[in-house]
Amino acid sequence: MNEIGRPGPAHPEPVRFVAKNMRLDLRLIAEMIEPGSRVLDIGSGDGSLIETLSRTRGCDARGIEIDMAEVTRSVAHGLPVMHGDADHDLAEYPDGAFDVVVLSRTLQAVERPREVLRQMLRIGSRAILSFPNFGHWLVRWQLLSTGRMPMTSVWSRPWYETPNIHPCTIRDFMALCEQEGYAIEQWLAVDDAGQRSPWRRFPGLANLFGEQALFRLRKAGAPAGSPAPDGARQSNLR
Amino acid sequence: MDLPDLPEAEHQNIRFADGLVLDCGVTLPELTVAYRTYGTLDAARANAVLVCHALTGDQYPAETSPVTGKEGWWTQVVGPGRPVDTAKYFVICANVLGGCMGSTGPRSLRPDGTRWGTDFPPVTIRDMVRAQKRLVEHLGIERLFAVLGGSMGGMQVLEWAATYPDALFAAVPIATASHHSAQNIAFHEVGRQAIFADPEYHGGRYHEHATIPARGLAVARMAAHITYLSEAALARKFGRRLQNGGLSIFGDMFQVESYLRHQGSTFVRRFDANAYLTITRAMDYFDLAADHGDDLAAAFAGTRARFCVVSFSSDWLFPTRESRALVRALNRAAANVSFVEIPTDKGHDAFLLDEPDFHRTLAGFLAGCAERAGLAR
Repeated sequence: MNEIGRPGPAHPEPVRFVAKNMRLDLRLIAEMIEPGSRVLDIGSGDGSLIETLSRTRGCDARGIEIDMAEVTRSVAHGLPVMHGDADHDLAEYPDGAFDVVVLSRTLQAVERPREVLRQMLRIGSRAILSFPNFGHWLVRWQLLSTGRMPMTSVWSRPWYETPNIHPCTIRDFMALCEQEGYAIEQWLAVDDAGQRSPWRRFPGLANLFGEQALFRLRKAGAPAGSPAPDGARQSNLR
Repeated sequence: MDLPDLPEAEHQNIRFADGLVLDCGVTLPELTVAYRTYGTLDAARANAVLVCHALTGDQYPAETSPVTGKEGWWTQVVGPGRPVDTAKYFVICANVLGGCMGSTGPRSLRPDGTRWGTDFPPVTIRDMVRAQKRLVEHLGIERLFAVLGGSMGGMQVLEWAATYPDALFAAVPIATASHHSAQNIAFHEVGRQAIFADPEYHGGRYHEHATIPARGLAVARMAAHITYLSEAALARKFGRRLQNGGLSIFGDMFQVESYLRHQGSTFVRRFDANAYLTITRAMDYFDLAADHGDDLAAAFAGTRARFCVVSFSSDWLFPTRESRALVRALNRAAANVSFVEIPTDKGHDAFLLDEPDFHRTLAGFLAGCAERAGLAR
């Protein structure tokens, strides 16, 4: 759904998912999802997350993807994926249709991030998001030292053609969650080497050294605890 | 144009002596459903796939038609090793109610031995589906693994999902919509008026005059055929190329004219005019949302079927936006839905043609469903 870290759309054959090759943030996201959950992955890309979730965790996992070639490849691989996008297609789903709604590395590329978040927590009881952290020290340093828009391995497109129109920092995101009344159930930052950051208790440091951030949210009023689906919902899964 | 009636052919069929109650209130005193099957029904009777044909299709998707001698209309999709793999699935295809390939329709004989002709009651897509359900039950199948079809076949797929939600595991509506648009109805009306205007139509009693309204039916087919193709496909195939040189009024001047005339003239040798009128009416009347309080999502409320909606980018008869509206309604019903638009310049007809992306999508979707349904590979 965005340009960051996505495999190119030019594979001639369907790509068989291999767990060890799955993107780091997707692996971390998969670990956050209870087996048997109903999951919607917005920006499902090559479908590796929904395939992992449905084949290894017994989830009813579905995808929405904006790139038609990826959609076709996913469906041809037996995965339930529809063509659509975060800004326009979430409003159609009924309240609470999913246990978990995932948006990986896409928040910064949608038209209305706050509305997308609202929709995610309307149609799902939990939202899991990953995004590249614009507060990373290299980004800050480049802007400070050169006075021009940063260009890093993560933020790799010039300002005039980047699809990433809404970059934010970890602190920005936390502030938005507070403003909107979302409880952060779990969060972590990952550094440039792909290691989980040790700064869990220090958001300021995570915001400086974390290259990517990962959050699991629920509405503040919603019950805490495991987002596992109950038995009645389970019976509806196919 | 003096043409004999359609060739009589023996079609495999099942006759239901108790008839069928139609949406219009009329009861057909008896119902015949002509059908073909391919492959083997497994012991659990769980691998049956129903293929629904389009307006002028028939029950011979995967074999030579005994009427035209031509190859089946979906041999690239249905057959051994094809996306609908007959080595794996038990494939059923029935001639629609109101058709002219052996199922009860205007060409059929009434119990008193006379032809129905224009007395044949109007039928709906749901009536067609009810007739198919009778056949499926007769074959001992409680739940179909999948129902698929394009165009009017896709309408039947949607009607199956709405009317018999527990009788199918997967639904594949292709190049279709939840209703016929005003534009679609308008094109059909041009065709119907062409048939009515043919003096050989004789108010629908052409059989009694040992003739058929071949000119009218051919014009109807020509008008409809234009809607099945895209402008790009016509331009690529024919452009403005001339058939016989210079300017003329009455002969074929452009190659596209000759092509359309050929389409029209071959069509009248395989299709009955009254059946054409009956089936086009059924399509025009179809409006799934209207049957469910103007809420398309209500038609699919609580459905557990897995859907795969397919559209084609250059199809202007059933454009992608209609498929997207359908997908959104399915989302509102929280249904499990896959949706792809296949890029092609071949127009509506693309669902019948060589479209590798479409075929891969269909094969993969069915394989994924088979895995979920626990069908033995």
